[in-house]
Amino acid sequence: MDVLSHLHRQIADFTASLHREGFLDEQFTQLQKLRDESTPDFVNEVVSLFFEDCEKLVTNMARALESQTVDFKQVDSSVHQLKGSSSSIGATKIKNICIAFRTYCEAKNREGCVRCLQEVDHERVLLKNKLQTLFRLEQQFVTAGGSIPALQ
Amino acid sequence: MESCCFEPQWPADELLMKYQYISDFFIALAYFSIPLELIYFVKKSAVFPYRWVLVQFGAFIVLCGATHLINLWTFTMHTRTVEIVMTIAKGMTAAVSCATALMLVHIIPDLLSVKTRELFLKNKAAELDREMGLIRTQEETGRHVRMLTHEIRSTLDRHTILRTTLVELGRTLALEECALWMPTRTGLELQLSYTLRQQNPVGYTVPIQLPVINKVFSSNRAVKISPNCPVARLRPLAGKYIPGEVVAVRVPLLHLSNFQINDWPELSTKRYALMVLMLPSDSARQWHVHELELVEVVADQVAVALSHAAILEESMRARDLLIEQNFALDRARREAETAISARNDFLAVMNHEMRIPMHAIIALSSLLQETELTPEQRLMVETILKSSNLLATLINDVLDLSRLEDGSLKLDLGTFNVHAIFKEVLNLIKPIASVKKLLLTLNLAPDLPEYAIGDEKRLMQTILNVVGNAVKFTKEGSISITAFVTKSESLRDSRASDFYPMPSDNHFYLRVQVKDSGSGINPQDVPKLFTKFAQTQSSATRNSGGSGLGLAICKRFVNLMEGQIWIESEGLGKGCTAIFIVKLGIPEHSNESKHSFMPKGPPSRGQTTFPGVKVLVMDDNGVSRMVTRGLLVHLRCNVTAVSSSDECLRVVSQDHKVVFMDVLMPDGFEVAVRIREKFTNCHERPFIVALTGNTDKLTKETCMRVGLDGVILKPISVEKMRTVLSNIVEHRRLFEVM
Repeated sequence: MDVLSHLHRQIADFTASLHREGFLDEQFTQLQKLRDESTPDFVNEVVSLFFEDCEKLVTNMARALESQTVDFKQVDSSVHQLKGSSSSIGATKIKNICIAFRTYCEAKNREGCVRCLQEVDHERVLLKNKLQTLFRLEQQFVTAGGSIPALQ
Repeated sequence: MESCCFEPQWPADELLMKYQYISDFFIALAYFSIPLELIYFVKKSAVFPYRWVLVQFGAFIVLCGATHLINLWTFTMHTRTVEIVMTIAKGMTAAVSCATALMLVHIIPDLLSVKTRELFLKNKAAELDREMGLIRTQEETGRHVRMLTHEIRSTLDRHTILRTTLVELGRTLALEECALWMPTRTGLELQLSYTLRQQNPVGYTVPIQLPVINKVFSSNRAVKISPNCPVARLRPLAGKYIPGEVVAVRVPLLHLSNFQINDWPELSTKRYALMVLMLPSDSARQWHVHELELVEVVADQVAVALSHAAILEESMRARDLLIEQNFALDRARREAETAISARNDFLAVMNHEMRIPMHAIIALSSLLQETELTPEQRLMVETILKSSNLLATLINDVLDLSRLEDGSLKLDLGTFNVHAIFKEVLNLIKPIASVKKLLLTLNLAPDLPEYAIGDEKRLMQTILNVVGNAVKFTKEGSISITAFVTKSESLRDSRASDFYPMPSDNHFYLRVQVKDSGSGINPQDVPKLFTKFAQTQSSATRNSGGSGLGLAICKRFVNLMEGQIWIESEGLGKGCTAIFIVKLGIPEHSNESKHSFMPKGPPSRGQTTFPGVKVLVMDDNGVSRMVTRGLLVHLRCNVTAVSSSDECLRVVSQDHKVVFMDVLMPDGFEVAVRIREKFTNCHERPFIVALTGNTDKLTKETCMRVGLDGVILKPISVEKMRTVLSNIVEHRRLFEVM
């Protein structure tokens, strides 16, 4: 029991810190609520899908921004996608960067876009690490005998 | 007598006797034949009144004849019988002749008087003949006048009228020359304008003050004038003997202004034209009375016709003017409309355009705030943030105001808690007030209803603005806010003298007074307060900021709420009181649920899961799609997720209860329309709900226009989705969730 409660508190603290630092928001909590016995890996699946998507989009955008004549429309639509995805899972920081990113796209400011893209990538990596840590903790919790609903 | 006793002695008196004999014979013959003739002739003529006189006369003559006849027998010896017969005859003759003589005394005067009567009748007949001739002439004249009038009045063109007059007159009266002299512009001369014989009259002018002209103008009859006067000398005298008689008549030129409603135009008009008519020279013709009358009548008719023509000209001119003006007005209106729509477009675009950079500035500044900054930099960033917030508010205000101006703003009516509004305002103002050390008091009347129907957001905005102003302009002292329901007696306010609100059954008037002990306002400046962008120029106010729009917007909100707002102040330094009255509705049941559309919390009786409910999710973003899907799966729905519109249209069927679609996809709205078309029977069609991260009015309007059943704002919580599905499944109601 101690292990469980210790793990439980660790998870809770970590999640709280993620919220506090602005990595995640309410939406992520909602996602976590959708987990139940029938779909225990829901959040994991969504998150991995997100990161896949994100990587793909970032690569596309980097390629578009490197070309001689930048197709800002395409970049803008990619940013739009990214914004949608990030808000769906509650990745606040990435979402905010996307908002600024869009402004640069509208202004056709290549330096600004490149800068934003770098930030997005940076955040992505950060968030990925953080979430991986979280999932590892949760795995440990479940292996130790904890049940999913207790995590909400 | 002696001769009848003797034997006839022929020799001496035989000749005489013979002659007497013959004469007697002839006398008798004549005497017998005269009555015969008389009878014959009288029988022939039917009219002889004195027949019996004739008989008597006849008898007399016959008897005379008989006497003379019998006398024939007395020349020779005759018997006594003959003597007796003779005596009888003579006796009868005497009697009849005396009777006849007596009769004739009576008759002859009668016969004589018949003669006089006959003479008298003859005279009468002659007179009547004369009169008939006269009437006939007048009739002729009348006919001519009618014909002339008809000709004159058949046209409304001034020149035609005048020309026709002259022509017809000339023809009717067989004139040699007929001329019309019109007054010139200056009115000092008469100018020859039209003549009968000459086609283009040379511009003779004649001064108007000639005595002959004055004579004609002073009478409305046709006046004979001398052929030698200037107006009559139209042609060079070609050695004709005697110029014909000339007549002149005035033609009044009536002006439009003469026709007042109440007084018929008296001929006080000064302007006359002169018509001169000349009979052919060398004819012995004279102007007859009826001809003169004709001329006078014609002159009058011409005057009337001319004035009609003038009126017509006026009205045509007025009509043309009106058409022009209409055209100009129409064009101005169209220009104004274009301007307004251009302005609206501009505003809409600017709204969007201005907000994006604002958004970016605010977002990035807040982001910047989170980073490592030196205190100086932090200060700068904070100032940037504050200014941009202010700017955002200003933009919103300006946009609101323009929407208020063209009446496109509508109130969002809803039920709200009146006490709560005031408390919230108080909470918002308290920090600032306490910084300035101002005492803030709120006084709500006990009879103030707890709930009311109105536009909560804008009412709060108004109260906040008014209270905010009070705080802004008060350096020290207190601010008191009072709110109560106003009764009709207390509505006689000096400032609101033209405002008489009528409280009715389901409305009440809320009166709010905000009194402050601040710098006050000069009473002369009070009207300017509510005009946009106007600031009172005192130095105290200049530093307090504010764009001058706040009160203008408040006034418009209050007006929309059918109320009044005004400010009273006794002068500078004496504080001021802002008062407004608004009309609010009374909800039917005071403890009814206060929610306009959707229950804000979970419904008291609602499903927590929806097993078997088939739903379709369309979203081209993989992550969003997965999240939505997970949400619905969590609620136990039977979910199909598609990523493109084609797939959606292929898969959608009547079994699906709801279709959730991300409308920001390229053809999101189109799909909605196509789904509606596919299922024309409303009862079996799936509900179509839009999921969107964009909450602006345009998206909402487009959703409603396309006919979607609801709009949900992303991100969606489990509770929200649950409520939505519950509403659809149980109540089948149209809704909108924010």
